[in-house]
Amino acid sequence: MNGTLIADNTRGTDDADVLAGLRARLARSARQENLLDVAYRTVDTPLGSLLLAATEKGLVRVAFALEDHDAVLNVLATRISPRILQVPGRLDAAARELDEYFAGRRTAFDLPLDFRLAAGFRLEVLQHLPEIAYGTTASYAMVARLAGNPGAVRAVGTACGRNPLPVVVPCHRVVRSDGSPGGYLGGPAAKEKLLRLESAA
Amino acid sequence: MAAQRHAVLVPASRPGAARTGKGAPTAAEATPAAVGGTAKAPALLPFERVVELHGSVVLRVCRVLVGQQDAEDAWSETFLAALRTYPDLAPDANVEAWLVTIARNKCIDVHRRSARLPIPLAELPERPSLSEPHTLLERDEDLWAALQNLPDKQRRAVVYHHLAGLPYAQVAEVLGNSEAAARRAAADGIRSLRGTYPFAVSPVDRRTKNTAGEQP
Repeated sequence: MNGTLIADNTRGTDDADVLAGLRARLARSARQENLLDVAYRTVDTPLGSLLLAATEKGLVRVAFALEDHDAVLNVLATRISPRILQVPGRLDAAARELDEYFAGRRTAFDLPLDFRLAAGFRLEVLQHLPEIAYGTTASYAMVARLAGNPGAVRAVGTACGRNPLPVVVPCHRVVRSDGSPGGYLGGPAAKEKLLRLESAA
Repeated sequence: MAAQRHAVLVPASRPGAARTGKGAPTAAEATPAAVGGTAKAPALLPFERVVELHGSVVLRVCRVLVGQQDAEDAWSETFLAALRTYPDLAPDANVEAWLVTIARNKCIDVHRRSARLPIPLAELPERPSLSEPHTLLERDEDLWAALQNLPDKQRRAVVYHHLAGLPYAQVAEVLGNSEAAARRAAADGIRSLRGTYPFAVSPVDRRTKNTAGEQP
C-alpha cells in the first residue's frame, strides 16, 4: 500500500515541466526509430504565425493562421500519416530561411520540398512558380502558358489557391492581368505585404 | 479486424481545408478558423494531440504502478510503443483505454527490470492467459468500441481499475469521487460491458480477488 502512495505528493504544477521534457524525449526517440512521419513547428513572421510541416523528404506544408493550424494538422494526419509530432529541430533550416526572407536578405529558398499534397496540373503549375523572379509578378494567363496549357487560366488560379507551400513556392507573385493582387491563401493583405516586401528589397 | 483497419486509410474529403480565404477584406489575420470546420473528423488525430490529451493521465497511472523513479521511463516506452501501432488503431477507438493498457504492460516490463517497488504489480498476472489476453488487448478493437459506449465515469473507472490496475482508492482520486463510488462505477461499467463485450467476465473475476485483499 505504501508504494501506491508515493505518487500522491508529486502531482502539481511541475507536472507540466515533466511532461514537456517527456514530450521532447518522445520526439527524439520517435525520430531515432523512424516513427516520425510528419514533424512540425510554428514560426512567428510579419504575416503572423506560420505552421511548417515536413516529412523525411522535405517541407510538405506551410500554413497561415487563417487556415487554422489544427485543421491543417488534421488534414495531414488523414492524407499523410497520423504519426505527427511537434519537433522544432527537423525544421531549423526552413525556419532560418524564412527569417532571412522576411528580413529581405533572401530572394530564393533552398530547401528540399515534398510536393505530395499536389498532383497533376496543379503540381505542374507549382513547379513553374519559382521561375517568376523575386520582386516581379506574372499574370494567371502567363503562368498557364509557362505550365504548358495556355487555356487553363482558371486552373492556375485553383492551383495557386491550393498551394500547400505558400511563401516558399511563390504563388503570391501571380496576380490578375489588370495588376490587382487577386486572392490568396493567407488573405489579400498578406499577399500585398509579400509583394511590397519583395519590391522594397 | 482487417476490414476495420482499412477504414483508417480512407481519406476524409475535406475540401474546405485547402481553399483560398477570398472574402475577408482587411482584418484577415484576425479571424482564426475561417476555413472549413474541423467538426466531423472520421480519422485519427495527429499523435501530438494524443500526447497532449492523455499524457498526464498516463503519467499518473505510471507513477502509481511503478513509482516516481521509473514512471518517466514507463511513460516514454508507452508513448513510443503507441506511436508505432497508432496508424492501425480504429478511428473510433477509446484512445485513453488503449494507452492505459499499453502503459500497464510497459510498467510490468519496467518493474521486472528494476524490481524496486513490488507493491501493486505483484498482483498482476505474469503472462496473459486465454481468459484474460492482455497483450492481445492492446489491439482489441471490440473492447475499445464497447468502452466508448459507457458513461464517462464508468468508462474511466473500468479503464483505471481493470486495465491500468489502479486500486480503487487511486481511481477515486483520479475521478474526484469516493472509493465506494469508484468501485460502484466500475461494477456498473463491467455489468454493461457484459452485454456488449464477451470477455468482460474474466477481468472481474480476477479483480474481485485482488480488491478483497486491498480492504482493511
